[in-house]
Amino acid sequence: MQTRKTLITTVLAAAGVGLGGMSGAAASTGFSDDVVRIGVLTDMSGIYTDLSGEAAVEAVRMAVEDFGGELNGTPIEVIYADHRNDPSVGASRAREWYESDGVDMINDLSNSGVAQAVAGVAKEQQRHAIVNSSSTLAITNEHCSPYATHYTYDAHSLAHGTGKSIVEEGGETWFFLTVDFAFGHGLEEAVSEVVRNAGGQVVGAARHPLDTTDFSSYALQAQASQAEIIGIASTGADAINAINSLAEFGVTPDQQPAALLLWFDDVDSLGLEAAQGLLLTNAFYWDADEDTRAFSERFYERTGRMPNMAHAGNYSSTMHYLNSVQAAGTDDPDAVSEKMRSMEINDFFADGGYIRPNGRMVHDQYMWEVKAPGESEYDYDYMELVSTIPGEEAFQPLEESTCYLLDD
Amino acid sequence: MDLFGVPIQALLGQLMLGIVNGSFYAVLSLGLAIIFGVLKIVNFAHGAFFMLGAFVAFMAGSYLGIDYWAALLIAPLVVAGIGMLFEYLFLRRVYGLDPIYGLLLTFSLVLVLEGGFRVAFGSSGQAYATPEALRGAINLGFMILPEYRAFVVAASVTVCLATWYVIERTRLGAYLRAATERSELTGAFGINVPLLVTLTYGAGVGLAAFAGVLAAPIFHVNPSMGSTLVIIVFAVVVIGGLGSIFGAVVTGLGLGIVEGFTRVFYSEFSSTIVFLVMVLVLLVRPAGLFGRTEG
Repeated sequence: MQTRKTLITTVLAAAGVGLGGMSGAAASTGFSDDVVRIGVLTDMSGIYTDLSGEAAVEAVRMAVEDFGGELNGTPIEVIYADHRNDPSVGASRAREWYESDGVDMINDLSNSGVAQAVAGVAKEQQRHAIVNSSSTLAITNEHCSPYATHYTYDAHSLAHGTGKSIVEEGGETWFFLTVDFAFGHGLEEAVSEVVRNAGGQVVGAARHPLDTTDFSSYALQAQASQAEIIGIASTGADAINAINSLAEFGVTPDQQPAALLLWFDDVDSLGLEAAQGLLLTNAFYWDADEDTRAFSERFYERTGRMPNMAHAGNYSSTMHYLNSVQAAGTDDPDAVSEKMRSMEINDFFADGGYIRPNGRMVHDQYMWEVKAPGESEYDYDYMELVSTIPGEEAFQPLEESTCYLLDD
Repeated sequence: MDLFGVPIQALLGQLMLGIVNGSFYAVLSLGLAIIFGVLKIVNFAHGAFFMLGAFVAFMAGSYLGIDYWAALLIAPLVVAGIGMLFEYLFLRRVYGLDPIYGLLLTFSLVLVLEGGFRVAFGSSGQAYATPEALRGAINLGFMILPEYRAFVVAASVTVCLATWYVIERTRLGAYLRAATERSELTGAFGINVPLLVTLTYGAGVGLAAFAGVLAAPIFHVNPSMGSTLVIIVFAVVVIGGLGSIFGAVVTGLGLGIVEGFTRVFYSEFSSTIVFLVMVLVLLVRPAGLFGRTEG
């Protein structure tokens, strides 16, 4: 009897949700449910907390406050959740947000596995998702949609920054230390392609699980490969531990480690002594010019840390979304998407940035070299600009994208 | 020369690394086994105490200028103190209850400690320098072995032997074993069993902290450094036989080596192999390799 009752309640509840969803869709002129709601889906407790986490939420809040906190009298609300680096957790939270919590746009999306899963949900639910802190090319290829935007960087821009410049300097044979999930695989693949196109050779790869502490065994494998370059296709604590182990086992100087995705926070954690000379392909550095410094100092006052490129991207993309909603005069996802992909982005983060039909935000990328301890003159003075990679070169050419939106 | 298509040199290198990792497993599972033996508590917080040991060494170094060698002694004592306080205030309240309560209580401590340190120090962690005297490397012919890693093996083996000696050959150890077997009877002889239990918990987590200090210069000191390790260490203890001290040490070293070899042949499988071994062992010997069946 009890089970029957529960079953009936469940069916009724499910029907209720369905109806609720329909009424939400029907009211698609103006602002749905009288609030513009932004959800920040991020890593609040795992390995990528420093890269995204609470500071990402703060960046989005800053953008909302700077925008004025409301859109023609409709309040803008920011909520957040932890995806625990689990694509299924991320996807179900995204579905719940879109379906029953009236979330109009999800931002940040660290972890490539989570980002892919959420891009899928966004497409199905026809709501916006903006990827700032992960690299998977799937967002602008097989998982593309009018609602998914890939904003700050991606595997292609990393490969054509750090990867390409090392190949050009003569690094011919490569061995990869790759983190064993979508992000690592995608990055390894993109860099391998650059290496092969330049006449280089990939001699092997070792795959390690996410959040590995002991890299000694991988360091030995890298050593045994005798490759000139050890490409580190991981980031955050993984990349830091890999760099330390390679140094400990005397892999350098015959072999050169190349960290393919390093963040400002990684350099901070490694310290300049260990990190000096490493190359970073980052879309943003706090100390680049007047505008970046102004933003970064405000950010620092709120969070106690300097922003990295994803934090800056979170701010810039939120602002762009809100500007697009305002220009469209509605939060209807299709109308907003059209505005987002037609309006140019000019702020401290991007100069003449624009979003391609497949959702790729095109803007310049920069290659930085980590300073030696003696060269650093003040707090957080870590990097020097090596070169600027124009957006058109940094990102995947549109004709190579497999996005279905480009078919006609 | 090749063995199964892998150069012998590479295999020897991995064997060596397996021993280094195995010695971490050994010290950690030793502490876990002692605690389980006496308290009958599955100490889920073991990895967190390992992490705490590394952080205490880091904080002592950067705030108080205490060097590595002093930290190697001080950090385990500090952590043991924290552990004993935890045992006295919380853990002893769940002894008579279903084991799940002890597991939940210790697990909640993990969440609190890891979360706290993540807020205070971030998730990328902090660097801890290798002590000056051990910065070099030994060329073994088949590999370059950093001196510090050799020291880790020596220190771990020494600590394991010393612990074994205390438990098996001293009066204190005899009390401890008596309290494990028949705690009420031991109490009747005028021995303060609750104190003994508190000290045992302190010693167990002190060992974890010792391993944490050993690990600090190798791994970046970060809040999650213990959580990945502790799962493997649990498997080690189960394979070795719950509560068996000898079993924990031998299995720790053995599994370190098995894991090292797996990384050569099929790296993706290296995080799973330990659990496969566990399943196989439990099928054949449900009490573990060195465990005794009850009754």
